[in-house]
Amino acid sequence: MEIGPILASLRKHRIPALLIVLEIALACAVLCNAVFMIGARAGEIRLSDAIDEQGLSVVTLTGADPERASSEIPRNLDALRRIPGVQAVAVLNTMPLSGNGWNVNFTTRPDMKPTDKGSINSNIYLMSEGADRALGLRLKQGRMFGSEDYASSTMGATFAPETHVAIVSERLAGRLWPGQSALGRKMYMDKYWYQVVGVVADVLRPTRAGAGLPGIYDTVFFPMQPTDVLNYYVLRSAPADRDRVARQAEDTLARLDPGAVAEGKTFVDMRGDFFSGASSMVWMLVLVCVVMLAVTAFGIVGLTSFWVAQRRRQIGIRRAVGARRGHILSYFRTENFLLSAAGVALGMVLAFGINLYLMQHYEVDRMPWYYLPGGAIALWLLGQAAVYGPAHRAAMVPPVEATRSG
Amino acid sequence: MFGYYLDLALRSLRRNKALTALMVLAIALGIGACMTTLTVLHVLSGDPIPGRSTQLYYPQLDPRDMDGYRPEDDPPAQVTWIDGMNLLHARRADRQALMTGGAVPIQPAQSAIEPFFEDARYTTADFFPMFDVPMLYGHAWNQADDEGSARVAVISRKLNDKLFQGKDSTGQTLLMNDVAFRIVGVLDSWRVTPHFYDLNNGSYSEDEGVYLPLTTAKDLKLARNGSTDCWGKGSDPDHMDTAPCVWLQLWVQLDTPAKVAAYKTFLVHYSQEQKTLGRFQRPPNVRLDDVMGWLDFNKVVPGDVRLQAWLALGFLLVCLVNTVGLMLAKFLRRSAELGVRRALGASRREVFMQLLVESGVIGLTGGVGGLLLALLGLWLVRKQPSDYAALAHLDLSMLAATFLLAVGATLLAGLLPAWRACQVTPALQLKSN
Repeated sequence: MEIGPILASLRKHRIPALLIVLEIALACAVLCNAVFMIGARAGEIRLSDAIDEQGLSVVTLTGADPERASSEIPRNLDALRRIPGVQAVAVLNTMPLSGNGWNVNFTTRPDMKPTDKGSINSNIYLMSEGADRALGLRLKQGRMFGSEDYASSTMGATFAPETHVAIVSERLAGRLWPGQSALGRKMYMDKYWYQVVGVVADVLRPTRAGAGLPGIYDTVFFPMQPTDVLNYYVLRSAPADRDRVARQAEDTLARLDPGAVAEGKTFVDMRGDFFSGASSMVWMLVLVCVVMLAVTAFGIVGLTSFWVAQRRRQIGIRRAVGARRGHILSYFRTENFLLSAAGVALGMVLAFGINLYLMQHYEVDRMPWYYLPGGAIALWLLGQAAVYGPAHRAAMVPPVEATRSG
Repeated sequence: MFGYYLDLALRSLRRNKALTALMVLAIALGIGACMTTLTVLHVLSGDPIPGRSTQLYYPQLDPRDMDGYRPEDDPPAQVTWIDGMNLLHARRADRQALMTGGAVPIQPAQSAIEPFFEDARYTTADFFPMFDVPMLYGHAWNQADDEGSARVAVISRKLNDKLFQGKDSTGQTLLMNDVAFRIVGVLDSWRVTPHFYDLNNGSYSEDEGVYLPLTTAKDLKLARNGSTDCWGKGSDPDHMDTAPCVWLQLWVQLDTPAKVAAYKTFLVHYSQEQKTLGRFQRPPNVRLDDVMGWLDFNKVVPGDVRLQAWLALGFLLVCLVNTVGLMLAKFLRRSAELGVRRALGASRREVFMQLLVESGVIGLTGGVGGLLLALLGLWLVRKQPSDYAALAHLDLSMLAATFLLAVGATLLAGLLPAWRACQVTPALQLKSN
């Protein structure tokens, strides 16, 4: 295909050609960034979590008398265990994605302060005996806590557990001791020290605190005897039973402790609540992208149709002097290809610039390079699809048009 | 002439309905998306307490020890009990209130209502006049109640409706946390957005249901909601009045700029004095932001909301470029008609005006469509579970802005095609036919 004549004709229609280029460039820039944000948000929503999310129900109990916790917690657990369909129960200080973070800075050397740069902020989960089974924790190395660990661990005055054993997540183990086994090592928090006895598969934090998304798996587990800080009751059942179990568990605890407030929820709902902002953002972005692409496509159709209508006579002449329908078709396609190419080239630069701006002012990461050609190809395909109709109509112009005037 | 142009515009728009619909739809979608996101942004970044916001200030001090000291750091976001009480009793501002958030179990006298938790604010007497809190029944407590840790409470209208069916409940007794409180006042409907005076429990959270004197809450050790930052020996929940922890918010009212400057100097002097006494260790580091400054400093408006506004603006731009292209096509296609008008004596200016009227009609129609889409969009936003969702309503100023934006943008978009179409040479157009 000769592109000389096409360029010559485009030079004659500078303004419409520039408009198409500009529209494609803008659409490409917005599309790349929007899709990148969709990807980031969707990745967040789908973050894996090594507990039995599908089977868990959680009841929070607030307002119980702290003085009577040591006797009431075992009583509550007993009652919950008797709910039909419940396989395991336990109580913790907080739950993954609950929004209630217990953030603590740990160090790997006794002489380091929690405020030092090398310390790592992680969430601490304090769990009652049996929580490993109730949550469905997956042990990767070492051992779980034994009964004596649970019995001897109490709550210190400064919100630090008074114990010497801890289980860490795989991710945190790798961050604290890169390339080495975490088993048997000690982690420090002020005057306290804890020895790692086990490593479990990555469990999510309650919040995005600490290092944000990269730190979302920085979690440490401690054993804890029944204490007033434990108020997240967790029940494990078959996924089919979870809604009923959550309801019954709420009723059970409300009945046992009329002065306190019990609130039951399935873990699946907790996850939905936690990511509701992200998922509405995803839907909004998807909607904007789809509508924007549609508008762009119709814009291309409109302008090309106008062009075709203007050039009916020239097309007729070309057909009369021997051009086939295919030639006409490919003429318009090539023209669109050239305009799209210019548009996406400009668009990729714009997209990159926008990403740089967003990185500076918002919590947005650098866009991986492949989003740029990806967006370019998408718009190029869109252009080709949009131009098909008008080009087809142009190809249908009969040669006799050449003899008509106007 | 305007009526004639309008008639011409309507005729021309009717001639090619698909193209007209496409242009109107593109404008409507762009405007709709823009107005939805801008309205949310406008609501979220609005002034929570108009008229007072420039007189209310949030003092910050740095009472921490030298651990992890960096000169460029900002002072902590809250104050300690000792500093809060000192500054409160110094009475250097026109009004001052010390406060923290909390939650109290409410045990209704009627057995029909189960006990429940209600968000509470533990504060001092000036809170109510300083923040212009409207009273439905009764009055706020006074300084003597603060000093005497009186068992008095002010409740919100919502709670009053729930417990007393909206009747005047002042003088009644309310059992909270097993302690009997006398209700002295009931607030009228009141909600500040953002929840500027305490951002710890969500920037757009609802206002509290129960207001109690701070000293009373401390005496009874009522449960707190909020953030506590400690250093040195750390926190001791039983002695929060002496613990090296910041956990209270202090707000002051300063009516003139001179008073603001004087108060800032007072804060520096206070810090120096505390350093001489050995309580503070760091060099004086104070901040005194007004309401909007404090909201800015805390980056209260969610980043996502700003991102969405940017995205919608980008989308509007695409729609406008699209409209420019379509209008250009439409106007140029009518070169012959315009040529005839020019040949019959219409000046370039008049043809230009005629085409601008046509783009104005498109803009106006698009604006109406955009408004409907924005209403739909805001309805969708209100369905979201975020804490600011319920606030997403179109107000009068945004309504006006929608139309200005729609018509302005389309007129702007119409300029280039209209100018281009005016350039046609009448003779050439007449000849070719």
